[in-house]
Amino acid sequence: MTNATIDDTAWQRVSPKYVIVDLLGYVISGVMMTAVSLVPLLVFRWDLGWLPPVIVGASSLVMIALTPRRVRSIGYQLRDDDLLFKRGIMWQRIVAVPYGRMQLVDINRGPIARLCGLSELKFVTAAAASGVVIPGLPEQVAEELRDTLVSLAESRRAGL
Amino acid sequence: MNPNFTDGEWHRLHPATPLLKGGIALLAIIGFIVVQLRDELINSFFGGDNDEDPFVWLQRSELFWVVIVAVLVGLGLGVAGFYLSWRMHSFRITDEVVEVRSGVLFRTNRKGRLDRIQGINISKPFIPRLFGAAKLEVNVAGQDANVQLAYLGTVAADQLRADILRLASGTREAAPEQVAKGSGDVIRDRVNELLAPELDPAALRAESVVTMNIGRVIGSLLLGDGTLTLVIVIAGICIFSGVTDAPVFLLGVIPGAIGVVSYYARKFTRSLRYTIAGTPDGVRIGYGLLSTSNETLPPGRIHAVQVSQPLLWRIPGWWQIKVNLAGKSSSNGTGTQENTTILPVGNRDDVLAVLALVLPSLAGEPLLGHGLLGEAGDGYTNSPRRAAVIRWFSWRRNGIALADDAVLLRKGAIWRELIIVPVARLQSAALQVGWLRRRLRVATLRLHTVAGPVTPVIGAVDDATAREFFLSLTAAAVDHGSRDTTQRWREHG
Repeated sequence: MTNATIDDTAWQRVSPKYVIVDLLGYVISGVMMTAVSLVPLLVFRWDLGWLPPVIVGASSLVMIALTPRRVRSIGYQLRDDDLLFKRGIMWQRIVAVPYGRMQLVDINRGPIARLCGLSELKFVTAAAASGVVIPGLPEQVAEELRDTLVSLAESRRAGL
Repeated sequence: MNPNFTDGEWHRLHPATPLLKGGIALLAIIGFIVVQLRDELINSFFGGDNDEDPFVWLQRSELFWVVIVAVLVGLGLGVAGFYLSWRMHSFRITDEVVEVRSGVLFRTNRKGRLDRIQGINISKPFIPRLFGAAKLEVNVAGQDANVQLAYLGTVAADQLRADILRLASGTREAAPEQVAKGSGDVIRDRVNELLAPELDPAALRAESVVTMNIGRVIGSLLLGDGTLTLVIVIAGICIFSGVTDAPVFLLGVIPGAIGVVSYYARKFTRSLRYTIAGTPDGVRIGYGLLSTSNETLPPGRIHAVQVSQPLLWRIPGWWQIKVNLAGKSSSNGTGTQENTTILPVGNRDDVLAVLALVLPSLAGEPLLGHGLLGEAGDGYTNSPRRAAVIRWFSWRRNGIALADDAVLLRKGAIWRELIIVPVARLQSAALQVGWLRRRLRVATLRLHTVAGPVTPVIGAVDDATAREFFLSLTAAAVDHGSRDTTQRWREHG
């Protein structure tokens, strides 16, 4: 495959189990934020105090409902000379990073992700804005991907 | 006179280093004591005695000698400490690295790889400059990763910079014979150095391509966006205190005014003796009136270039140029935080001359000229008509172009701006489509480079064009990245 086109069938998806991790994250933060937004109603007894919790709760629910689609939108593919990464449904973002630009690869595991046996792979370049973070990879896949990326970067090493 | 610093052996810094680094404090203490003694002498002559003066009290008590001895021991220890730290501070330069070790109790050892050098900066703060000393800083990519040699003799610093650049460039040719200049008359040497332009004429093949004049520097400051903000703020304050009838509010203006004046003074003195010239080992940029700094950027160390025009600079047609660099000089000394401004103010010809120096492969490219003032249909792929909804004035100008080895982003109709990113330096690229933008079928293109004042982003590009451009861009980035040889810029030449 050349670099001139994006093969839309070649996207690798992240593990479906990542939906659970993402969902739990949003549920926890949604509950906490709703609780905080209850303060005007319960403590200060404002007339319109019911409004903040309703808005916060509703937007949390929308985020939660969209989680499966959002996770399905995450994808990556290894092209000949660069890594493509995409995510987002409302705000789509697609990033291309040449392998030679790699400075380091990081593998992180959060507590919930670890329970599901998932890892997060971070591809770091000299530019802070590159920000390629591939979440929800099974541990085995993440480690293989890391080794692949390191050897690809080694064979295509470029300067800064 | 000048030892060969690049022989791989350990060398020490300029012997006056301790004096220049900590000596000022020492001098202040001695000066304080002298002033006190003078008062004391005057008092004893004219009899105007004052028992409450601690000095007099001290002299009369039995502790007098104890205190004198303590002060002398303290001073002696200070001097010994400075001397020891000078003795223990040494550096060496080999074919591969520049290495510094320092510290008396806590030893530190720092190595910088020569092929990772991002720039070499020689700065001369005012007082060391009077003594003929200079600080040499080797910038290596990364936060706080610089190797600093403070202080060296002026001639030695220039020589060392040339040697480091020669080693880093990858040539194997021997260093040219250097004749140590200097007439033997120390005073005259100092005066000559102070008056000499901030560019070593011997190392220079070309003259500075831009000449600054006072009128332009003052004009650029008066017409800058800073002044515009200032006028608005002052008007705001006047109206506010007029309406609320509270002149007390004006008190807060005084500290602000001091800040503003010092900001203008600093910018003025920095820009006044600005020079830029091409040397075989990169672009050399000099700054400063009293404290000077002089930076050499080897080829291929500039990650992004931004040519921009503050609003009022449209009248005289001036521009400024900023760049993103991977290595940054530390911010002490000569206010080097503005090292990223490589042209403080210049007209269109100056801009093109400077761009030809920093991006030699684009010299003479018509895209540059069109990028400054052009509109629609001159080599740039412009935003579609429908983008006028989100780019009211600039949709005709908003455009992208891919030259041989650089990306050009042209934007802004009111605050004009041209951003150039050498493709070989591009770290990664992103294509973003927001929810509203998808309705308009436009996309945002983001080029990722090392951190700096320039953020190469362009919005409101036609959807299909952006996608196509993104793909050819990433292909070019891979291609140029692998062919790039600027790490050792003279090895193949």
